[in-house]
Amino acid sequence: MELSRRKLLAMGASSIALMSLGTLPAFASKADDEIAKFTGGAELGEGALELTAPEIAENGNTVPIEISAPGAVSVTVLADGNPVPNVATFNFGKLNASRSASTRIRLSKTQNVIAIAKMEDGSFQMAKANVKVTIGGCGG
Amino acid sequence: MASGVKPRVKVPKKASAGDVITIKTLISHKMESGQRKDGDGNVIPRSIINRFVADFNGENVIDVTLEPAISTNPYFQFDAMVPESGEFHFTWYDDDGDVYETKKKITVS
Repeated sequence: MELSRRKLLAMGASSIALMSLGTLPAFASKADDEIAKFTGGAELGEGALELTAPEIAENGNTVPIEISAPGAVSVTVLADGNPVPNVATFNFGKLNASRSASTRIRLSKTQNVIAIAKMEDGSFQMAKANVKVTIGGCGG
Repeated sequence: MASGVKPRVKVPKKASAGDVITIKTLISHKMESGQRKDGDGNVIPRSIINRFVADFNGENVIDVTLEPAISTNPYFQFDAMVPESGEFHFTWYDDDGDVYETKKKITVS
C-alpha cells in the first residue's frame, strides 16, 4: 500500500482522536479494568477480606495499609485515583497462616483503596476504604 | 540503583514449633515511580523493586509484586508459621536486574 502524505496525516489525526477518546473515559474505570483482569469478571463477595487504611492520611507518600484475608491465595491492592491504579499483589504461601500483610503505599490524592482477594475455592472477595489525602504522594 | 540498597529484616531468634511469628522487612530504595519530573520537565525513569519473596526452608511464605505506588523504602510486615528450625530467605528483585538477598536463622524448640 502506498501512503501519500495526505493519507498519512489523516491517519495520524484520526488515531490521535481515537486515543484521546479512549483514554478520557477509561481514566475513571482504569481500576475497574484491573479488577476485571484479576477476577476475570467473576462476582465479588464481601466479608472475608479486611482492609485497614487510615481515614485521613496527612502524607500521601507513605500511607500504611494492612490486608487480612484468611483463606486467600492472593490479594491485589488498587488505588483508583492514582495515575497507575495497581499498587501491589500479595501471593501467600502455605506458611503464611493468617494470610495477612501490611505495607506502605503512595496515594496521589483522596481516593478509594480497593483490595481484591482470590480465595482458595476460586471465589473473589472485595474490600474498599476511602482515604483522604492532605498532601499527594506523586511528586513533581 | 545498586548503591545504598540495604535490606533490614526482623525475625525472632527463637520460637516454639507451630508458632506464628511476625516478620518485618525494610529495604532502603528510592522507588522512583516514573511519574516524577526533574527541574527541566523531563520524566525521571522508573526504577523500583518489582518483586519481594520470602521463603522458609524452601517453602514459600509470601511473594509480593510491587508497583510504583509502593512507598520509598518498601516495608512489609507479615506472619509466618514455623514448623521446625531453619532459615528464612528474603529476596528483592530490582528493575535494573539486581537481586538483593538476606537470610535469617530461627531456632524452634
